[in-house]
Amino acid sequence: MTGPIIKLDGVHKSYGEVDVLKGIDLDIAEGEFLTLLGPSGCGKTTLLRIIAGFEEVTDGVCLISGRDMAGVPANKRPTNMVFQSYAVFPHLTVAQNVAFGLRRSKLGKAEKAAKVEEALGMVGLGGYGARAAHALSGGQRQRVALARALILEPTVLLLDEPLSALDRKLREQMQSELRRLQRQVGITFILVTHDQEEALIMSDRIAVMFGGRIAQLAPPQELYRRPRTLDVARFIGVMNVLPGEVKEKGPAGIEVRVDGLGRARIEPEQAPSGARIGTGWAGIRPETMSVLFAGEQTDRSVAEGEVAEVTYYGDMTYYDVILDGTDRPLTISMKNLIGREVLERGARTRVSWDARSIVWFGEEAV
Amino acid sequence: MAFWQSRSETTKGYATVAPPLLYAFFLLAVPLGAVLVLSFWSQEFQTIDRTFTLANYREALSDPLYRLLLWRSVKIAGATTIVTVLLAFPIAYFVSFHVPPHKKSLWIFLITIPFWTSYLIRVFLWKVILGYGGVLNSALMGLGVIDEPMTFLLYNANSVVITLAHAFAPFAILPIFVSLEKIDRSLLEASRDLGESTAMTFLRVTLPLAAPGVIAAILIVFIPTVGDYVTPRLVGGPDGTMIANMIQVQFLQLSNAPLGSALAVLAMLTVTVVALIVSLGIGRLVRAPK
Repeated sequence: MTGPIIKLDGVHKSYGEVDVLKGIDLDIAEGEFLTLLGPSGCGKTTLLRIIAGFEEVTDGVCLISGRDMAGVPANKRPTNMVFQSYAVFPHLTVAQNVAFGLRRSKLGKAEKAAKVEEALGMVGLGGYGARAAHALSGGQRQRVALARALILEPTVLLLDEPLSALDRKLREQMQSELRRLQRQVGITFILVTHDQEEALIMSDRIAVMFGGRIAQLAPPQELYRRPRTLDVARFIGVMNVLPGEVKEKGPAGIEVRVDGLGRARIEPEQAPSGARIGTGWAGIRPETMSVLFAGEQTDRSVAEGEVAEVTYYGDMTYYDVILDGTDRPLTISMKNLIGREVLERGARTRVSWDARSIVWFGEEAV
Repeated sequence: MAFWQSRSETTKGYATVAPPLLYAFFLLAVPLGAVLVLSFWSQEFQTIDRTFTLANYREALSDPLYRLLLWRSVKIAGATTIVTVLLAFPIAYFVSFHVPPHKKSLWIFLITIPFWTSYLIRVFLWKVILGYGGVLNSALMGLGVIDEPMTFLLYNANSVVITLAHAFAPFAILPIFVSLEKIDRSLLEASRDLGESTAMTFLRVTLPLAAPGVIAAILIVFIPTVGDYVTPRLVGGPDGTMIANMIQVQFLQLSNAPLGSALAVLAMLTVTVVALIVSLGIGRLVRAPK
């Protein structure tokens, strides 16, 4: 591979006084599944529309396959988009929708029809060609929009929150199908979503955006295990945050004291944003902690506290435990194994955790 | 119990629709029926002969004058419709696509301003504008563009088309505007994204989706203009006289109500046929597939 398929360099976008994007640098590799993840208003959709050619950059450069896209309109770009509303043409049939972009291709009528059928087969709509588009269900429209974009074999496929309007079951099914489809066709996918779970499931890399900037760009596992900022940590999954203090700093890591947990050694890579002597925050995921049931022994670190809330999910139980000497509850998730009791609210309990799972944030503010 | 309940429900239903039903019956169905019945009778000097006859229709269809007037009415109404819809579409398009959302109602409000003055006064004003010594001719002569007043402006079919097109413009703009407003803008982006230029996007997406509004506009303009009486009477001259003027002459000046009724029925049939052709024909061209 010769270089990134998409290169964004210092991309700014303002609408009048409002800065929507404040300097985006992003390289996207060929065949990659990249997700732009963030809360609404973070600029992720604007960034996608800049790549698609629906918005012009205020400042900065957008290169696709090494070509500067400034002044190139959407219809001349090697990108295709799946819209949030699907934008399936209501006055056409399914086949006419899928063939919409083939008007100027040099293929014969029969070849076009075969290509359309192939594209429909790829998204699981084989035989639906003659149906009226306005009579389709949401999930089917989604697939038509996908087939319509993929049939043009774009360099990059852009997906603007394509699954947000589907119900949960269908969404999960489409997530795995999209992933399979992307591997099959090998096209670069850029997905915009506000659903962190969806981002983790589908992406090769995730760019988490806040306020017009990329806060962290990393593969899902790294993003989950080593978020760089508290914002990212709280946006991806659940992160318990406790105030603490760096006591010692050395080449092999830092020595911290955390409210309620006591002293712990933290490896350098568990403090991705760096650490200096002084106060900061310790983050620990619910599944890396355990509630110890009566008589249970462990060689991990242990603290004591009181169960403030119990939330039963069937396969899991989430406990909010207030450790002695602290005032904020920690969320701890426990698998509901056979024979394992579910604690009552107000019960005293011991809690164990693994010091290796603590992430250190050297930030001042909460 | 159920019997009584359903009966009282039915009674209530009839009571609810009775006023508009009576209104529609006495003011629409009865006059229409009267015209239809009258057209099969005949006029004998001062009295009406009530024996069934097709003589009125025979006369209406065989006399070249009536055929000419009916055909001219259709032509003038057709020309008016084409001019009105062609001018209305860009206006509706502009308001829908290029006016900021919060100003759209203001624009629509401004478009309806012609309705504030009486129809009759608007027709008279066109007379003042288009006349021999009218605003247009004096202005163009004053500017030295023309040496003598143009006479093809007033008292012919042109002036009827101009006047009617102006009067019916809002009727055409509003339905087209509504159908353009309903178009999901992401469809236009999708078309661009799939490689089509702005012009092709207009032809392949905007126009087909606006078709219901265009059809409505065509019918709304065509149907009343075929039978228009005031405009041809005031600005039409001999070349701009239409079928409604002849019907009026038959009823009030020649005292031949049966023949006038037959002409009215024929005019209605013509409108029905054209309306059916438009709504079915154009509708089929752009209708969403089954």
